[in-house]
Amino acid sequence: MSARAILETRGLYASYGPTRVLQALELAVPAGGIVTLLGANGAGKTTTLRAICNMMVRCAGEIHFAGQRIDGRPTEDIVRLGIGHVPDGRGTFVSLTVEENLRLGAYTRRDQQVAQDFERVYAYFPRLKERFRQQAGTLSGGEQQMLAISRALMLRPKLLLLDEPSFGLAPLVVQEIFRILRAINRQEGVSMLLVEQNASIALELADQAYLLETGRIILAGPSSVISSDESVRRAYLGY
Amino acid sequence: MQALMHQVLSGLANGGIYASVALALVMIYQATHHVNFAQGEMAMFSTYVCWMLLQAGLPYWLAFILTLGFAFTAGVAIERIIVRPVEQAPVLTVVVVFIGLLIIINSLAGWLFSYTIKAFPSPFPSNAWYGSPFMSPHEVGMIFVTMVVLALVFAFFRFTPLGLAMRAAAQNPVSSRLVGIRVGWMLAMGWGLAGLIGSVAGMMAAPIVYLDPNMMGGILLYGFAAALVGGIDNPWGAVLGGFIVGVLENVAGAYVVGTELKLTVALVIIIGVLLVKPSGLFGRVLVTRV
Repeated sequence: MSARAILETRGLYASYGPTRVLQALELAVPAGGIVTLLGANGAGKTTTLRAICNMMVRCAGEIHFAGQRIDGRPTEDIVRLGIGHVPDGRGTFVSLTVEENLRLGAYTRRDQQVAQDFERVYAYFPRLKERFRQQAGTLSGGEQQMLAISRALMLRPKLLLLDEPSFGLAPLVVQEIFRILRAINRQEGVSMLLVEQNASIALELADQAYLLETGRIILAGPSSVISSDESVRRAYLGY
Repeated sequence: MQALMHQVLSGLANGGIYASVALALVMIYQATHHVNFAQGEMAMFSTYVCWMLLQAGLPYWLAFILTLGFAFTAGVAIERIIVRPVEQAPVLTVVVVFIGLLIIINSLAGWLFSYTIKAFPSPFPSNAWYGSPFMSPHEVGMIFVTMVVLALVFAFFRFTPLGLAMRAAAQNPVSSRLVGIRVGWMLAMGWGLAGLIGSVAGMMAAPIVYLDPNMMGGILLYGFAAALVGGIDNPWGAVLGGFIVGVLENVAGAYVVGTELKLTVALVIIIGVLLVKPSGLFGRVLVTRV
């Protein structure tokens, strides 16, 4: 395992029942870096994130996080090590208030800085502060995505797993969210593993990219190299 | 007029019991979408435990608190040992497990304590100052105790991190795991709390209905009616439903159907609510924007 990788998978297989989704996946996220996982629908991007958190999917192979093997551990324990997962569909608690959602994000923490962290996430997402008494289900899609990211940040994660944060959002909102993700990465050194269908904006944000096709990595490298690759440009960027 | 007043007030006192049972049912329903048919028998068994402690010479309130502890632990244990293995099973399997649990606890109580009806003491002396022609001291005390317990339960869910985590786990187990909540334990705690609330109902009802293994049968029906009236997914509604059913039952029993047919009132309420307004009077409509 390279010394600088905060997350690394070795020969990772994953399946839903008899359906095998991931095959021998080798993936590394450098500490403090942003890695994006690109690919078509059904390529196994979401499954990769679920496999890391040991959630809803059966796995074989090794997953290392911050120097520990985490494969096979219960989701709750993996999260407690400092992995903030922003799932597909956002996974907010719709009938709880914004504030309660954020409090739940800090549920595992016993330190005294939780109150400060409310201010910290409100600084990134001022709109949440205006709506902190509101039911999460009544927020707009963009606001819910912001809430989901903020909830993960309340954990003080070392690594953020982001599952299509751009899904279903207006281009302007997407740009705003990605600008804030970059700021979070720069200011706090949070590593990120980003799954995206919107390849151009993902490649803009990420340092490195993996291209997934039917459960296998077919291409990997620095984002700049990937985005200039002929076949990627034609298949995923559309020019 | 005075007689009506008396019927209404003592209906409210009974309503406290139904409210507690309804709340216990709703708590488990919210987390698992199953109605725990054994809720009443769990309460009955706890009441026997209290009776044993009293027989052993313990002061009432100490026995009361120890019984709460027993009821909580038993609830947690039942969830972990019996309910957990059928968590993913089809709904009919779960129903059968709950009915089995009902019969097992009922027979266990009969076997251990016999089916002979026993008197159960009230902690509220019959000549206490808060007694009146309208309400006996026990009825006043019963309302007070159930109100305190219900208030504590609501405060727990509203203001403590653990209460918030339990609400979250009931609502969205997947996301709850992702913030590090141990969802399995939250469900078990929910069973524990439901057992505890039920045991209060049992101990408060026993001086009136007397202690025997079948004491909770009728009460569970009223509690179920109360939960349906209030909306089975709404704890506040369930509590309010409990008081509504308590008053309706008493007034109807005194003036309409007679005491022999009182229990029918509960059944009529159940069928009426299911026919006319299945979500109950206060069933919540969740507002979601996509």
